[in-house]
Amino acid sequence: MNDLVDVSLQVNGVRYDVAIRPWRTLLEVLRETLGMTGTKRSCGEGQCGTCSVLIDGEVVNACLYLAIEAQGKEIETIEGRPEGEPVLQQIQRSFAEKGAVQCGFCTPGMVIATKALLGDNPQPSEDEIREALVGHLCRCTGYVQIVEAIQDAASRLARERLR
Amino acid sequence: MSAQFESVGRRIPRIESREKVEGRSQYIADLYRPGMLHGAILQSPFAHARIRGYNLAEAIAMPGVRAIVTGEDFAEPNRMGAFIKDEHALAKGKVRYVGEPVAAVAADTEEIARAAVQAIRVEFEELPALLTPEEALASGVHIHEGVEGYFKVLDAGSRGNLCSRTEFAEGDVHRGFGESDRVFEHHFETQAQAHVAIEPCGALAELDPQGRLTIWSANQSVFRVQACVAEALGLPMTRIRCLTPRIGGAFGNKMEPHVQPIVAALALKAGRAVKLVLTREEDFEMVRARHPFKIRVKTGVKRDGTFVAREVEVLLDCGAFADDSPGVLGYSLLCARGPYRFPHVRCHGRLVYTNKLRFGAFRGFGNPQVSFAGESQIDDIAEALGVDPIELRLKNILRGDDRALGGQILSSNGLRECVERARDASGWDQWCKGGAPSPSAPGKKRALGFALCGHISGLLASGAIVRMLEDGTVVLNVGANDIGQGSDTVLSQICAEALKIPLENVAFVSPDTDGSPFNWGTTASRVTFMTGRAVVGAAAEVEKQLKRQASEMLECAVEDLELVAGGAVAVKGVPEKKIGFFEIAKRSHWFAGGPIIGSHTWVYDQPTVDPKRAAALGLPFPRIGAYSFSAAVVDVEVDEVTGAAQVKRVWSACDVGRAINPLLVEGQIEGGIAQGIGFALVEEMVWDGARLANPTLMDYKIPTTCEVPYEVHSIIVESHDADGPFGAKGVGEICLVPVPAAIGNAVKHAAGVRLFKLPLTGERILRGTLGKT
Repeated sequence: MNDLVDVSLQVNGVRYDVAIRPWRTLLEVLRETLGMTGTKRSCGEGQCGTCSVLIDGEVVNACLYLAIEAQGKEIETIEGRPEGEPVLQQIQRSFAEKGAVQCGFCTPGMVIATKALLGDNPQPSEDEIREALVGHLCRCTGYVQIVEAIQDAASRLARERLR
Repeated sequence: MSAQFESVGRRIPRIESREKVEGRSQYIADLYRPGMLHGAILQSPFAHARIRGYNLAEAIAMPGVRAIVTGEDFAEPNRMGAFIKDEHALAKGKVRYVGEPVAAVAADTEEIARAAVQAIRVEFEELPALLTPEEALASGVHIHEGVEGYFKVLDAGSRGNLCSRTEFAEGDVHRGFGESDRVFEHHFETQAQAHVAIEPCGALAELDPQGRLTIWSANQSVFRVQACVAEALGLPMTRIRCLTPRIGGAFGNKMEPHVQPIVAALALKAGRAVKLVLTREEDFEMVRARHPFKIRVKTGVKRDGTFVAREVEVLLDCGAFADDSPGVLGYSLLCARGPYRFPHVRCHGRLVYTNKLRFGAFRGFGNPQVSFAGESQIDDIAEALGVDPIELRLKNILRGDDRALGGQILSSNGLRECVERARDASGWDQWCKGGAPSPSAPGKKRALGFALCGHISGLLASGAIVRMLEDGTVVLNVGANDIGQGSDTVLSQICAEALKIPLENVAFVSPDTDGSPFNWGTTASRVTFMTGRAVVGAAAEVEKQLKRQASEMLECAVEDLELVAGGAVAVKGVPEKKIGFFEIAKRSHWFAGGPIIGSHTWVYDQPTVDPKRAAALGLPFPRIGAYSFSAAVVDVEVDEVTGAAQVKRVWSACDVGRAINPLLVEGQIEGGIAQGIGFALVEEMVWDGARLANPTLMDYKIPTTCEVPYEVHSIIVESHDADGPFGAKGVGEICLVPVPAAIGNAVKHAAGVRLFKLPLTGERILRGTLGKT
């Protein structure tokens, strides 16, 4: 196949050199080329937020983002950095403890979106939480425990910072 | 049984939460096998057409294409169906709806497979499309030729396009209306709702070295998948092993088969592993959805509000195949009376084939539709009689020794407590006196609405096996899929409680048809009640074996022994004279008695219909019961300019028998409410002629964080069902069922308009307030 292009991707602080077709989405490359299946596909057209990843700190639907566009940018996924990320881990703990996870399929996207939200706004109001997550669909929880988990993560992270 | 519980009743996060939040869970799309091919499906462009022939030459010639299957690969007798065997895995001879799977390809990549299905040429001869039940009943064109001859598990009365009919009767409804002071009759309509589990359906099949099929899939029962693939392919069940990855949500859509038989056929033909995951659009078009209902409700009451007679007639759009529809028809009729004391009842209905996608099981199984109708009408009756709608219900709800429709005994009934607690917590009485619980904003009108329901949680068979390992910890094997609701956790809690061991000493086995005991499925709110009781039975068997061994080790009588907390057997009243599970397990494995394995299986065996009380025709489930109850108050705001309704607050009181895990019960209640809100206000599958017009999440909206209420008050009522594990019953459906009716009743109070058709869109509410329909 001579339509392959060499692409270098920085995912969770680790560099991956891959040869891909230029029309491959970041979601396809993460899941199929790099075997990082934590990022899920649901609608494939940017309506559900399930496949959210961070690109230079911004939430992006990986199903609508070409992998070659991510070159030279910092990609963050639910798998996190190999050495561990305290903020991500606190959000994950809060989601688990507050019951914010049911089937778990939307969870990686929700957690990633929460990381971006709390990065921009460490003490969001309930309105701000709900507005930040409006593009992230969940069919199991009714969102109540998800909102509680985000509030819990925000307050625990705030306490951490004070210490 | 100790009154102090160690595991039961605790707010324990799901045992698999960590893997889920860290993105390590594997769902069907995440599985890969060596040499795995990728599948794609060709869908029918016609609603109704005869298949005259296939030309596969171009597709077969494409590089990377490894196998193609069509209807010709499935023998004529190999038809599937839970109630009526009317469906081949791929269209055979005929297509019956737009989007129906016609052929499938396995290829080296998904891209090649998708290109190859487009290269398949099928010669169709179009037939008239029948798109509504009325049209289909009137037509001489039959969607299934020879439905009368299909194998059926019930007396369906199938004829022409009539798929099935069912009737329940108690007392004499004509006499009842004659004895009534007031008779009310209304017609209601509900729409098709899509399940929209966030994970689309998919399957992976491969042949093991012995040539047996191994199938992983998004499913609600590995045993149901095994049975359906066996039927579709004409194979003995011993040739098929079904396993489950994590399931990304399921609400009835993953109970009966979707693509599993097709993927299995591709794997057999290609001799290689094949995976196929549907796109969101395909999932909308070819899986299944909630039935559109037309409902007529006629209710006779005394002047003092005593309910006397109720007649309910329903007409269901079945879609092209029976699937779970005869069950939905029968179950909706069983629920159509509502949990009320009517001496005279007649519930009857018909299910009609049309050229649309299969309608099937969806959380509530026909009950949300008939409850919307019945509970809307009761509010109108209360208004006509000038009484409070909750008082009217309390006067007539089932109590004491009252029975379900048909005569089923209620082993527990917390309905009154549900009603009273939802009423009191919401400030209903104060609101009725004019003291609005929350003031309406300018241009908005705000009001409360109420509804209640009853729903079953017991039917069919479940089993459990508890094995003690050499170190005294145990492995729990039940064959029940956790579809996200949390049954792995709840059943582990029940096991830990029964054996008085820490939760972490219980390992949960992923369902496997080769090794797990039969479990009919994760559906019908049944897993906690049915499988939970099997777990209690298996644990009791382990306890018996432990005590037998301990009696030899401690040299005392079995009757003098009891389990004590932490995994030990002790002499009653002498807690220091004890022996740990570790020592007993070592002895049993290596010295005497043999390894300890407890098992228990059961099938729900209480008859639905007592022939002395009720008559039934076309009964799909002869044995179902164990009723859970719920009541809901909703606080709804209606925009006077746009008509749009928004649910601001909800109080949902659910009689769950006992909450094994309140954190997870609340999660069920909150999620059920959100789906009920979607059904009531926004969700609707729309057809443009025969073609589904909105098969994407761009055009089909489900509630988001901003459309669900900020305030959800889950009220757990515990009626301690003597038949349930530690008193527990199911909660998965009662939380959803009354919500649409409660919203309709709140809209009536807020905007002064009664709508008889779901969803209650802003346009419909506005037209109603303007006096236009």
